[in-house]
Amino acid sequence: MFESQEYITIKKEELLEKTAPLFKSGHRLVQICCTKLPDKLIMDYSFDKDYKFIDYRIELPLEGASLPSITGIYFAAFTYENEIHDLFGINVIGNALDFGGKFYRINETAPFNKVVKKEVKNA
Amino acid sequence: MPNRTVIPFGPHHPVLPEPIHLDLVLEDEKVVEAIPNVGFIHRGLELLCEKKPFQDMVLVAERICGICSLVHGIGFVNGVEKIMNIQVPERAEMLRVFWSELSRVHSHLLWLGLAADGIGFESLFMHSWRVRELVLDIFEETTGGRVIFDAIKVGGVKKNINKETLDRILKQLEKVEEEYRQIADVFVNDFTIAHRWSGVGLLTKEQAITLGAVGPTARASGLAMDTRMIKYGGYDKITMEPIVETAGDCYARALVRVREVYQSFDQIRQAISKMPEGGETEAKVTGFPTGEYFSRVEQPRGEVIYYVKGNGTKYLERFRVRTPTFANIPPLVQMLAGCDLADVPAIVLAIDPCISCTER
Amino acid sequence: MSDILKMCKTVVSSLRKKPFCQMYPFKPAKFYDHTRGHIKLDASKCILCSLCAKRCPTGAIEVDRVKGSWQINRYKCIMCIECVVACPVKPVKALAVENQYAPPMAKMEMEMFDVEVKKPAPKPAAAPAASTPAE
Repeated sequence: MFESQEYITIKKEELLEKTAPLFKSGHRLVQICCTKLPDKLIMDYSFDKDYKFIDYRIELPLEGASLPSITGIYFAAFTYENEIHDLFGINVIGNALDFGGKFYRINETAPFNKVVKKEVKNA
Repeated sequence: MPNRTVIPFGPHHPVLPEPIHLDLVLEDEKVVEAIPNVGFIHRGLELLCEKKPFQDMVLVAERICGICSLVHGIGFVNGVEKIMNIQVPERAEMLRVFWSELSRVHSHLLWLGLAADGIGFESLFMHSWRVRELVLDIFEETTGGRVIFDAIKVGGVKKNINKETLDRILKQLEKVEEEYRQIADVFVNDFTIAHRWSGVGLLTKEQAITLGAVGPTARASGLAMDTRMIKYGGYDKITMEPIVETAGDCYARALVRVREVYQSFDQIRQAISKMPEGGETEAKVTGFPTGEYFSRVEQPRGEVIYYVKGNGTKYLERFRVRTPTFANIPPLVQMLAGCDLADVPAIVLAIDPCISCTER
Repeated sequence: MSDILKMCKTVVSSLRKKPFCQMYPFKPAKFYDHTRGHIKLDASKCILCSLCAKRCPTGAIEVDRVKGSWQINRYKCIMCIECVVACPVKPVKALAVENQYAPPMAKMEMEMFDVEVKKPAPKPAAAPAASTPAE
């Protein structure tokens, strides 16, 4: 048995105004996930209340992407946003607890977004 | 204004088997603020999906963590089976429930031992691990491994258990439960344990919701949230209620785990009684995964999320894991603010930190 | 006061029992039928088909069909038993799971088994001849 899930695509500017009502109605932040596709990055913001799964999706360009931080609403988002900054190189603006790229102690910058850059150079 | 001191806690500390670092800002003996620091051993396992076929990723998922390895595997195959529309045979589903509840018993017994060790109760630590050894023997008998089980595959399970062995396991479980009852009695009633943990590391229900606490940490704060209630896998045939404590301190977290072990014993018996006789243990897997799914399963430590996205090839496009400890770091920061320096190890242990999960 | 003595019942009762631990090197370890210790090759049965090396998720197995050698890197092997499942030799498989763990090694090196290369001389000549009339 599987729960049904739908993914609602919203614009980057709408993120904060969509998230704030969820905070007021007592949803918890389940996770923030970034996915690299060949031509774009996809951000998933998942929330949950009483086992009802809500997912907001934002599409971002591959390089030089930036996002508003939701740590002003959900403080718990700081771990996910630092992770996404370190692994995908997305600039998160206004993170309440910003590690400045030192959340993961890795040698490379944005390793999860790297393969695409190589392909672009070759082409 | 009193002087502020910053004391580094970890990455090497007697109560921590794994590296997590906390910068504790102190005013006298009180912690004002704690800044967490993970990422010492980041492994980048999520990128391995570009090199390994999706069937082999089960092996990677099971090796993310050493304690809840089987439930990691179930989380991954659940997502893949959803996007490939595979109907898992009923016997395989019940075997998965059986093993995942058995691993909850073994993980909670491990935690109870470690927590007793963390507060200096050595004999209780030894006895908890003695009982855990009996559970590990059942695992070795049925799957062949003591820590890494390798029993799950996409479409079913790799190992089957015959009827005589199941009957013997039921008898063995009665013995384990009797031994466990003596230890649980100490955790529930002993004065020293209640004195050490009561009122330490408070987290209210509202904070648990807004900071996204999961698992026993959330349930100890009165939040009735157990991902098994979404009835994934074979759990639609198992009756259960989330176990909730309302105090929200370290003692409540221990009590939730103590009671969850009894619940798991009950669920193991349900799974064995509802297991159909004979029948297939694996479904045929054809084609490659296409689509995406957030698979949510309940680990001993809380809710784990597997995001799988397939693009019609044998390699997955994205494989992401959100482990329970990663979600429990913000509540940990909240609990540490305002506590005594001497309580920090007890509070860090109370969320059952598994850093190797977090550094996947 | 009685609250503090809760643990005493368990502690005192364990005084009368034998130690729970086994004296390992002096008494043999307890194994079950399924226990995954290490992979063992029966060199006399191996046909050097290298299916095990292809199936291995970590690349621990190397097969040389010309020289007739079958090597396994014990440090890479994760005991998933995919190679044993994949082995096509019938009726008894050439690969088997042994309960005992692999012995400790001082150096990180491949463990090598020499396999006799069986010359499939008559078969390649016969196979094309059989397939041409079918076409």
